[in-house]
Amino acid sequence: MLEIKNLHVKLEDEDKQILKGLDLKVEAGKVHAIMGPNGSGKSTLSYVLSGRDGYEVTEGSATLEGEDLLDLDPEERAALGVFLAFQYPVEIPGVGNMTFLRTAVNSQRKARGEEELSAAEFLKTIRARAKELKIDAEMLKRPVNVGFSGGEKKRNEILQMAMLEPKMCILDETDSGLDVDAMKLVAEGVNALRDEGRGFLVITHYQRLLDHIKPDVVHILAGGKIVKTGGPELALEVENNGYAGILAEVA
Amino acid sequence: MGLPDVKQSATEARLAAMTLPEGGCLKAARQAALSRVQTMGLPGRRDEYWKYTRPDTLISAEVSKASVFASDEAPMFNEFDRLRIVFVDGVYDAEASDDLSLEGVRIDRIADICCQDIHWAKDLYGVLEARGQSPVQRPLAAFNTAFAQDGVAIHVTGKPSKPINLVYVHSDEMSDAILHHVIRVEAGAEATILENGPAASRFNKCMEIDIADTGKLHLVRAQGRDHERRAATHLFARLGTESTFKSFTLTVNGVLTRNEAVIELTGDDAIAHIAGACVGDGDFHHDDTVFITHDAVNCESRQVFKKVLRNGATGVFQGKILVKADAQKTDGYQISQSLLLDDDSQFLAKPELEIYADDVICSHGSTTGAIDEEALFYLRSRGVPIDDATDLLTLAFLAEAVDEVEDTAVAEAIVARLEGWLSRRR
Ligand SMILES: Nc1ncnc2c1ncn2[C@@H]1O[C@H](COP(=O)(O)OP(=O)(O)OP(=O)(O)O)[C@@H](O)[C@H]1O
Ligand SMILES: [Mg+2]
Repeated sequence: MLEIKNLHVKLEDEDKQILKGLDLKVEAGKVHAIMGPNGSGKSTLSYVLSGRDGYEVTEGSATLEGEDLLDLDPEERAALGVFLAFQYPVEIPGVGNMTFLRTAVNSQRKARGEEELSAAEFLKTIRARAKELKIDAEMLKRPVNVGFSGGEKKRNEILQMAMLEPKMCILDETDSGLDVDAMKLVAEGVNALRDEGRGFLVITHYQRLLDHIKPDVVHILAGGKIVKTGGPELALEVENNGYAGILAEVA
Repeated sequence: MGLPDVKQSATEARLAAMTLPEGGCLKAARQAALSRVQTMGLPGRRDEYWKYTRPDTLISAEVSKASVFASDEAPMFNEFDRLRIVFVDGVYDAEASDDLSLEGVRIDRIADICCQDIHWAKDLYGVLEARGQSPVQRPLAAFNTAFAQDGVAIHVTGKPSKPINLVYVHSDEMSDAILHHVIRVEAGAEATILENGPAASRFNKCMEIDIADTGKLHLVRAQGRDHERRAATHLFARLGTESTFKSFTLTVNGVLTRNEAVIELTGDDAIAHIAGACVGDGDFHHDDTVFITHDAVNCESRQVFKKVLRNGATGVFQGKILVKADAQKTDGYQISQSLLLDDDSQFLAKPELEIYADDVICSHGSTTGAIDEEALFYLRSRGVPIDDATDLLTLAFLAEAVDEVEDTAVAEAIVARLEGWLSRRR
């Protein structure tokens, strides 16, 4: 599904290399987790995959089902099926959450040559999905993320994911700022979407989330590279011993 | 005391082209206004109050040509049931207008009241304009009072069942229109006035509004889309106790627009909201100049102005809140913001507060900025194409001003116009 080869990324305006030859392959139907120290480049990876400005790919490639992602606009990547649940979801005053989601869903459908959802269909679906995530109707009417609590913002990200039904879901620290119950809700939301045709890349610092979203593969990202790959036990090791041991071992 | 030579000669040149209309009962008011113009002189480039907007083409003896714009949109407010009063190039068109009778309101042409000795309008015509000349001079308004060719006197005594729509049609590319309306809202009465259309190649409009205790007036105007039109408008409003005045202006296109609003809160617990949204592209200069005086206790005033500018368009905002010593418990709010869609456009703002009372809440803010890149990326990452995302954010920016329009159907009509403007500029 997602294939990243030897990815080198630097900041556009600064001579700062962040990703230094990253290789990663996420197969359809699998959940891959990425852990790694602060500043190791996890969010950068997620932004580069979704097409944010400010980064320059100096080497390497990233493809989704064989299609080169890196030359595409963010909206084109989205239509292909890339979705990023932001570490810090953006507040957009003046744009209603509902309007936003409907525009997004229908823009993607249009780009793929599919028929747009009618207002009624859309409403029906979003109500059901929102209910599962315990997002009340009031929140849907409010401007995107404005005045939402940290946890509400994260749940709103998952709601967007559920509505857009992407192929490749990248979750950047979706667990941060969530209380225990909200974490369960979010994990259930993610698990409900687990599917043969869908890949997940879950960035997290904590084992806790992975108790609920069981990963197939765990990677350690450090210094701009994947330095170690293993099974779920790798996350436990990080939880118990931190990164020092792993980093020393691969150094 | 003489005027500077340049001002003196510019004023004389303009006045030489004018003759004072037959005054009737307004004769004295017109003559007094003329001498105000002669004393003040017409606005010049050196005037502090015209620092950001060049008045030359607004005061020149010759009007600049403005082609008549053929719009593909239906006239604004067409979908509403309303009483239409039509002016073509600044002249009342009885044929095109509706019958002026409507329960709760009495409408007369200014030309007709001139024949009547006693008329309420006589005590208003030129009166608020004259009051509004201090502390800042507004010579174009005095000029209007002196020379207005036409206009209506609207006396709101009840709650008319539909809005009154002043429709300004532009048909002659050399037209120079001067309209003066007076409006009195009696105690407990309430009305909505809609205005739309470019009016003329050059338009000088003055509206004097006197709202008695507990009266309410809503004013929504859309200044027509003709690219080459020029307009200088003045709104003078005096508010009595517990009265309300809400005004919203939509400006789409026009090479030069100066909208002045001079509001006086003279009765306790009165509310004045003045808002505007403007979108301009290229050769577009739009100036909102607002002066709100709090002269009573516990009044609220709100100014919300938003401008979207691109391709070298200029936006100006001069807004002042003056709180007199007796105006305790004043709640004054003022925000002016511009969204610049490129580097060529500019926004010039001069927000001012002058406060002499000690127990007041007044806040003002002015910002100028570009599209929020973070928000844009967020929308795009969800699949919204860049142009749609930009439009969505632009409308979101304007929303705070449009929200000032109370009637949701009217607000929707305004949003539709803004959407139209955005889509045409793709
Ligand atoms: N736009 C930017 N400008 C300057 N520095 C940047 C920018 N983006 C990323 N960096 C830097 O690149 C490095 C990697 O950042 P990134 O956000 O990808 O780390 P991360 O692994 O997600 O960290 P965390 O676990 O704290 O979220 C950091 O040193 C960060 O400061
Ligand atoms: Mg991060």
